[in-house]
Formats: sequence, C-alpha cells, structure tokens
Amino acid sequence: MSKPNPNYKGSTWDKVTRWVKGTYDPADGRLESTPPKNRLSPGERAERMLREYDQSRFEEGVAKQIGAFQVVSRIFFVLMALFMVIVLLYTVSFLPAFGDPASPVNNEVSQRYIEQGLEETGAVNIVAGMILDYRAFDTFGESCVLFVALCCVTILLRADRKDEIRLRNREDHEDQYYEPEEDNILQQAAKLLVPLIIIFGVYVVLNGHISPGGGFSGGAIIGTGLILHLTAFGVQRTRRFMNERVIKTLTVCALTFYCFAKSYSFYTGANGLESIITTGTPGAILSAGLIVYLNICVGIVVACTMYSFYILFRKGAI
Amino acid sequence: MDILRVVLLASLIICAVSVSLSRNLLTSVVIYMAFSLTMTSIWLLLKSPDLAITEAAVGADVTSILFFVTLKKIHSIQTEEKEEDDEQAESKL
Repeated sequence: MSKPNPNYKGSTWDKVTRWVKGTYDPADGRLESTPPKNRLSPGERAERMLREYDQSRFEEGVAKQIGAFQVVSRIFFVLMALFMVIVLLYTVSFLPAFGDPASPVNNEVSQRYIEQGLEETGAVNIVAGMILDYRAFDTFGESCVLFVALCCVTILLRADRKDEIRLRNREDHEDQYYEPEEDNILQQAAKLLVPLIIIFGVYVVLNGHISPGGGFSGGAIIGTGLILHLTAFGVQRTRRFMNERVIKTLTVCALTFYCFAKSYSFYTGANGLESIITTGTPGAILSAGLIVYLNICVGIVVACTMYSFYILFRKGAI
Repeated sequence: MDILRVVLLASLIICAVSVSLSRNLLTSVVIYMAFSLTMTSIWLLLKSPDLAITEAAVGADVTSILFFVTLKKIHSIQTEEKEEDDEQAESKL
C-alpha cells in the first residue's frame, strides 16, 4: 500500500477524479454566466416574429431563388445532354458497320459454334446449344441471380410485422374497392387465354433446343399466364396451386438439379470420361443431351420468379 | 423492307424521346411498352426470333406489369374518382 500524498487535495488528479464523479465543475466561477439584458421570453419572441413576418415578401424571395436555380439547372441539363449525345455518337462512329464480315465479332469462336455446334451439342437451335451447353455456367449464374433477386424482394416487401397488419388490411380493402371481385369480362377472357398462354409457354420451353425460344422466354410467358390468372380470379384461387411452399420447392429443386447435372457433364467432359449423356438424334424432342432438362429448370425458375415478383408487389406475401 | 426498317427505327427514337418528355408516369410506361413492341419487330427483322420472344415476354409484358404495380403502390396512378375529388376540392377553393 502506497503512502498517501500530503498535497493530494487540490492537485490536478484530485480535480479530475472529482469532475468524473460530478462534484466539481472546472468552469465554475470562471465563465460569465449572467443572462444578457433585455432578453425576450419565447412567447414575446414569437409575437415579434409574427409582427415582422410578411407572407408576400417571403414568397417573393423563395420564388426568386427557385427561379434562378431552375434557369441554371436547365442550362446544365441541356449541356449535359449535348455532351452525352456527342460522346455516344462519336463512339458509335467507331463501331464496325452492320453485317460487316470483317468485324471482330466474327472470330474463330463463333465460327466453331456455327460449324460444329449441331454435332457437339445436338441442338438444332444453335443459340440454345450455346447458352445451355458451351456457356451453361453463365446461365446457371443468371438463374441464381433471379433467385437472389426474389429473396431480396421478399425481404424488402414482405409484410408480416404486426404493426403493418392494419395498413395491409386497408390496402386490401382499397384493392377490393377499385377492382370488383367478380369481373365477368376479365374472367371469361382469362378462362380462354390462361390455358393457351401457359401451353404456349410450355411449348416454348420444351422446344427450346429445336425452335427459337428456351427456358427464359418460355418461363416469362408461363409467368405472365399465372399473373393473368391471379388478376382475374383473385389470390385465394391462385394460391391453391402456387403457394409459398410450391414456389420454394420448385425453385430450389430446379437450381439444385441444374447445378448437379451440369457439374456432372462438365466433370466428365473436361476429363474426357465416358458420359451417359448422349446428343441423340438432332430434331427429336428428347435429344441434345441435357439441354431439354436444363431448359425446363430455367423455365421453372423464371416463371416462379416473375409470378412471385408480381404477387409480392401486390400483396406483400406469396 | 428498307422502308419498314426506317419506320421502325424512327418510331424507336420517337418513343424514347417521348418517354422522357411525358409528364404522366402512366403514359410513360405505356409508351415504354410500345418501344418494346417496336424492338420486338426489329429483332425479327434482324433474324433473331429468340430475342424477339424474350423481348415481347419480358420487355412488353412483365416489366410493364411490375411498373404498373409499383406506380399503384406509390399512389402515383390517378384514378377517376380521385380526379373528381381533386376537381371538387379545387372548385371549393
């Protein structure tokens, strides 16, 4: 134990300790703390301000400021637009001419795709062969981006907090007010159109490797059909077959199957191993190796995403 | 064919300019749909039906629907009744 300092009282450290404890104020007695003379009470000040306040002069000043700002900003907008137009047109002038055979796009990569794509992938539609066989990894990334986007929209727009239930109820009420539940014209048209749209979407997905189309466009068409069904018949009837569990299961299963199937094909293909995937007869519906199945996976993911975006924006829940 | 192409390209430019010049957001979305449909025809002329299908489904359909829903969500679509209410309020003033 140390000896107590006889000069402790009044030392700097003592003051600091007391300041921390709150019993000592270093500004006490040193700062001028007398109130200024003829200070107005808040009520008097407000009264004086009201007396001096002149609405027309205030508006005049604001209008002057806004007017000057608008003139300057318009000049800058025009200058900026002109600048962008000139830069972009100048850039375009360097691009190769349309249909130019000597343009740098026509290199050995596209030549190989065109010449040997049918033989190597078995897809009559070379575009499908490219995006789902040569560059299947890109398409997997795109599907995952859609899935992540769906997750983000769910996080942002989902309304299951208790304090939002009243707001949600009011919005539902407004919806019913503006959109009659039983809109006969819309329902009859939807009865005719929804099956056609969905069948066309399935056709586009399944024939992706034979004719133009594919998973993305077909999935978008199916999603549109589902949205039309939702608008015409209401949420309750659509939720019978497209609820949260169905969408979750479909999307995750499709992405997982895509991942495993393509990993297998990349593994065997890259290592020159024997693969059970064959290209089949070009033109048949079950040909072109994995492309049909991958198209179906992409179609499922896109259709579910489009439909969920819509219903999340409308109702806040899948 | 050349005339059709020129007409389509010109309408693209007209659509693009009028989208940014229109005051009403709803009108902008509808003009944007017209832009997408024109783009679909141009893709067909350029012999890429894949892109034409995707553009028609995504550009003209799904995107516009999502725009409509968003406009409704932020109460930016002027309904008839609300317009009448506004007019009444203005006449009272």
